[in-house]
Amino acid sequence: MTPPPATPPEATREDRHAAGLDGARRLLATVGFYTFCSLVLAFFTVPLLWLASAPFDDTPSITASLPSFTLANFETLLDNRYAMRSLGNSAVLALGTGALVVVCAALAAYALSRVRLPGRDALLYALLLLSSIVTGTAAMVPLFNLAFELDLIDSQLGVILVLSGGLLPSAVFILKDFMDGTPRSYEESAQVFGASPLQVLRHVVVPLVRPGLATIAVWAVAQVWGNFLIPFLLLRSPEKSPAAVVMYTFYTEGGQPDLALISTFSLLYSVPVVLMFLLVSSRYGFRFHGGIKR
Amino acid sequence: MADLTLAALTKVYPGGVRALDSVELTVADGEFFALLGPSGCGKTTLLRTLAGLETATSGAVLLGGRDVTAVPPGRRDVAMVFQDYALFPHMTVTDNIAYPLRIRKVPGRQRRDRAAQTAAELGLGDHLERRPDQLSGGQQQRVALARAMACHPRAFLFDEPLSNLDARMRLEARTFLKRLQRELGVTTVFVTHDQAEALALADRIAVMEHGRIRQLGTPADVFRRPANTFVASFIGSTPMNLLPGTAEGGAVHVAGTALPTPGGLALAEGEELTYGIRPEYLTFHPRPVPGALAGEVRVVENLGSSQLVTLEGPAGEVRVVVDEDTELAPGVAGHALPRADRALVYRNGELLGASGYEGPATGTRTP
Repeated sequence: MTPPPATPPEATREDRHAAGLDGARRLLATVGFYTFCSLVLAFFTVPLLWLASAPFDDTPSITASLPSFTLANFETLLDNRYAMRSLGNSAVLALGTGALVVVCAALAAYALSRVRLPGRDALLYALLLLSSIVTGTAAMVPLFNLAFELDLIDSQLGVILVLSGGLLPSAVFILKDFMDGTPRSYEESAQVFGASPLQVLRHVVVPLVRPGLATIAVWAVAQVWGNFLIPFLLLRSPEKSPAAVVMYTFYTEGGQPDLALISTFSLLYSVPVVLMFLLVSSRYGFRFHGGIKR
Repeated sequence: MADLTLAALTKVYPGGVRALDSVELTVADGEFFALLGPSGCGKTTLLRTLAGLETATSGAVLLGGRDVTAVPPGRRDVAMVFQDYALFPHMTVTDNIAYPLRIRKVPGRQRRDRAAQTAAELGLGDHLERRPDQLSGGQQQRVALARAMACHPRAFLFDEPLSNLDARMRLEARTFLKRLQRELGVTTVFVTHDQAEALALADRIAVMEHGRIRQLGTPADVFRRPANTFVASFIGSTPMNLLPGTAEGGAVHVAGTALPTPGGLALAEGEELTYGIRPEYLTFHPRPVPGALAGEVRVVENLGSSQLVTLEGPAGEVRVVVDEDTELAPGVAGHALPRADRALVYRNGELLGASGYEGPATGTRTP
C-alpha cells in the first residue's frame, strides 16, 4: 500500500472544485446568450411595438409607450385628402404589376424551360444581374428620360411597366425552375389528345406550378407596395401617388414629422401585406422550387 | 380503327444519331403489335414518331391509308399511354378520363357520363373522385387506358405499358391488357424491352436493333426460328446456345461432335457456321449418347418446375433445361442431346433455310 490514503479525497475535492467552476461558467454563458438574444429581439420588436401603440396614442412620440387610448388619429387620417386615396393607388400599382409579372413570367419561363436556346442560362443570369440595376438608384436618370420620351411621366401605367421590368428577370428565373420540374410526358400526353400549346399551359402546367405562381405574385405585390423610388420619380400629381410616397409628405406646419398621421398610416399601410401573406401562405404554401410529388 | 403503314421511315437526331433507319412496316387493322428491342434500338422513337411527337427526317407514316407524316399529334386520332401514365395529378379520375373530350369541346355533363361509363368498364367505378396519387399502380394504369379509350381513337400507342408495375401486378395487367385489346379490336402498337411481354401480348413482333427491324413475325416465328443470331440471343427467357461449328458431310460439327442437323440445308463442306439450340430443346443424359455435347455440370439454377444446368465442355458453355426430378450436383459429367427439328444453323449470323418455315401469316391467336 504505497499510495497515501490522503490523495484520493484531495483529488475529488479538486475535481469538485473544477466541476463547480465549469458549471458556473456554463450558467454564465447561458445567461449571457439569452441576454444577448433578448437585446437583439428587443431591437427589432420595439419599432413594432411603436407601430402597435402610437396610432392609438393621443400624443404620439418617437418612443414606444403605453398609449392614452384614442381613435382620433384615425379620424385625422380619414380627413386627409391623399391618405386613403394613396392606399388605393398602391393597390392599383401593386396588383397591376403583380398580374403583369405573373402572366409574362409564366409565359417566358415556360418557353425558356421547353425550348432549347443556345446561351439560355447565360441570358437568364445576365438579366438577373441587370434587373437589380434597372429599378435601382443607378438608372434613375435614364429611366426618367425614357419615361419622358414615351410620355409616361405622371402615369401609373409607366410605373407599372418600369417595376414589372425590374421584377421580371427574377420571377422568370424562379418560375423556370418550377416549370423544369413538371414532367414532359404530362404535356405530351395532353398534346396527343389534341391540346394546343396554350391549352397545355392552361390545363396542365399552370395548375402544377400554382405554388410558384402564388409565390411570385405575393413577392411582386410586396415589392411594389414597399417601393418608394420609382413612383416618387415618375409620378408628379399627389392624387396618383401610392402610400409609400404620400407618407413622405406627412409633416406639420412647423416642418416636424406628423407622428400621429405617420404612425396611423403606417399601421394601415402594413396590414394589407401581412393579410396577403397569411392568406396565400395558408392556401398554397410558399415554395421556391418546383417539383411534383410522385 | 385503321391500319398503319410506315414507308422508309428515317429519323436522324440533330447530333447525327440515326435512331430510325428506313423502317418499313405494316400493322394490320385491329392487330396487337409489339416493337421489341434493347434500350437505344429506336423503338420508342418509332412510337413517338407514330404519335407525332417526333417528326420524321424522311419517309412517311400512313394511318388508315391517309398520309399523316406532317399532321400534328392532336389531329392524328391516336391515343398514347405513357410509361409513367402521365395522369394529371391535379385532376380527379373523372377529369383525367374526360380530358380528351374536354379538348374536343364535348359538353361537360356528356363527357362526365362518358368518363364514368368508361371507368366502370375498367372497374374504376368506385374511384371517380380520387386523385391519381390515391390510386395503386394498377389502377393508375387503368385510368390511363380509360383516358385513351374515351376518345375512341383509331389506334392505341403504349410505351412500356407494364414496366411501372410490380411483378405480380404485371402478370395480371398483361392478361387484362390482352383481353381488352381483343374486345376493343383497336389497332395497337406497344413498345417493350421485355421479350416475354412481347411474346405473351402481341399478334406480331418487330425485333429492332440500331434503328432497323431485324425480324418481323408472330411470337411463334420469332421464338422458334429467329432470323439471325441477334434475335436468337434476345428472345427467350433463357438465352439460346450459339455454338461455333463447321460443316462436314452435311452435318454441323461442334468441338468434334456431329450434331443432329436439320435436313434440306445446302452446306458447303468445311464452312464456318453457328449452331443454335435453345436450352429447352436439349435433353440431358448422364451417359454418352451419339450426337450429344459432353461436358461437366458447373452451375445448377432452380427455375421452379425445371432447372437450368450449365455444362462446360470442349464446345464451351452449354445451357440445358432439365426437369425438376433429376437430381444433379455440380461436378458430375453430363451430355446434352439437341432436338434435330428445333436446331437452327446460322451462316454469318443469318438463319439458313429461313424460307422453309411455314407458319400462319398473321399470327397464332390463342383464345
